[in-house]
Amino acid sequence: MSVDYSKIHDLVIVGSGPAGYTAGVYAARAQLAPVLYEGSVSAGGALMNTTEVENFPGFEHGIMGPDLMDAMRKQAARFGAQLVTDDITAMNLSGDIKELEDGSGNKLRAKAVILAMGSAYKELGLPNEKRLSGRGVSWCATCDGFFFREQVIAVVGGGDSAMEEANFLTKFAAKVLVIHRRSELRASKIMEQRAKANPKIEFRLDTEVLDVLGDEKVTGLKLRNVVTGAESTEAFTGLFIAIGHLPRSELVKGQVAINSEGYVEVEGRSTRTNVKGVFACGDLVDHTYRQAITAAGSGCQAALDAERFLQGH
Amino acid sequence: MATEKVTAANFSDVVLKSATPVLVDFWAEWCGPCRAVAPILEEISNEYSGKLKIVKLNTDEEGPIAMKYGISSIPTMNVFVGGQVVKSIVGAKPKPALLKDLAEFIN
Repeated sequence: MSVDYSKIHDLVIVGSGPAGYTAGVYAARAQLAPVLYEGSVSAGGALMNTTEVENFPGFEHGIMGPDLMDAMRKQAARFGAQLVTDDITAMNLSGDIKELEDGSGNKLRAKAVILAMGSAYKELGLPNEKRLSGRGVSWCATCDGFFFREQVIAVVGGGDSAMEEANFLTKFAAKVLVIHRRSELRASKIMEQRAKANPKIEFRLDTEVLDVLGDEKVTGLKLRNVVTGAESTEAFTGLFIAIGHLPRSELVKGQVAINSEGYVEVEGRSTRTNVKGVFACGDLVDHTYRQAITAAGSGCQAALDAERFLQGH
Repeated sequence: MATEKVTAANFSDVVLKSATPVLVDFWAEWCGPCRAVAPILEEISNEYSGKLKIVKLNTDEEGPIAMKYGISSIPTMNVFVGGQVVKSIVGAKPKPALLKDLAEFIN
């Protein structure tokens, strides 16, 4: 089914992942025939780079992230969501009719827009980090762990994703060192215990990464103990960065209210932004919970808010 | 022209001795971003056939070649001209960004 670019659509959903797809399921069931832009390479969102999702209710034995996304996608399509595997590259959200443009140059118009662009991984911001990306520096253990068999690698970060990456990497690596700036991890207890019970994982707390070393590929890291100030250089062949995410709000900057950390602001417990007819959900608004299930929940709310808005329009 | 699969057996003939530039997509089944970028490469391959040949190398099946080229992240898309890697693109990107990266070979 191809999208009709000449008509004014009721609703366009920008972004996929649990938030976007759930909004798609609800809006499609409400007969809004939403046009859902999944993203050309980011379709499915952050869960596409994970392995087992153990805490999504209803899946007693867990489900693979990509399988969960595939099922949500098909569920949205079954009820009439129009899925487009492309990116939205520009938006004008100010008027009653919202204007959007995609990566292929198609222009479309809609009465309401749901923003569900999610978040992107954070970088350390070190000069050599970008240069050595793909040469030992990675943000995706499930993509790249395989290439570090029997090697000694470092994971930076202290949250659940860092623990998950570290655990996953021990399938391949000889040793994994988790480096975290603070004196305590901020991961959930179950993830922390699992990592601590893993004989291949060691921890280096109160420590920050000062630089990534290596000409052609990563050979080591320069570290600093933040308590004593002592600096050291240690050999690693890989560095996996899991220090959190930044909301992907650049496209709507200056158009909807965004807080100092870049998250789109919504009104109270709703998904309404400060612009009429524009709703936001998922990791784009949530700096607190950031779970697949909370993203899905807010996607549902956004579809219901949009439906209510369109009824009164 | 659809993307063709390369292995150790034909790598030299198809890639290293090619008269036209060849983009080698280092990928694997289990890699989400690789699956996301595959259809985009397929399109580029069809649209620019004759200028740029696009082939796929499965890093699970062809470990030694991946190792030889120092692949540590997938997808990695290396462009070979005259048997040498002249460009290395790491990570899945939207089509316009890839076309920009590949401009010197397809325009």
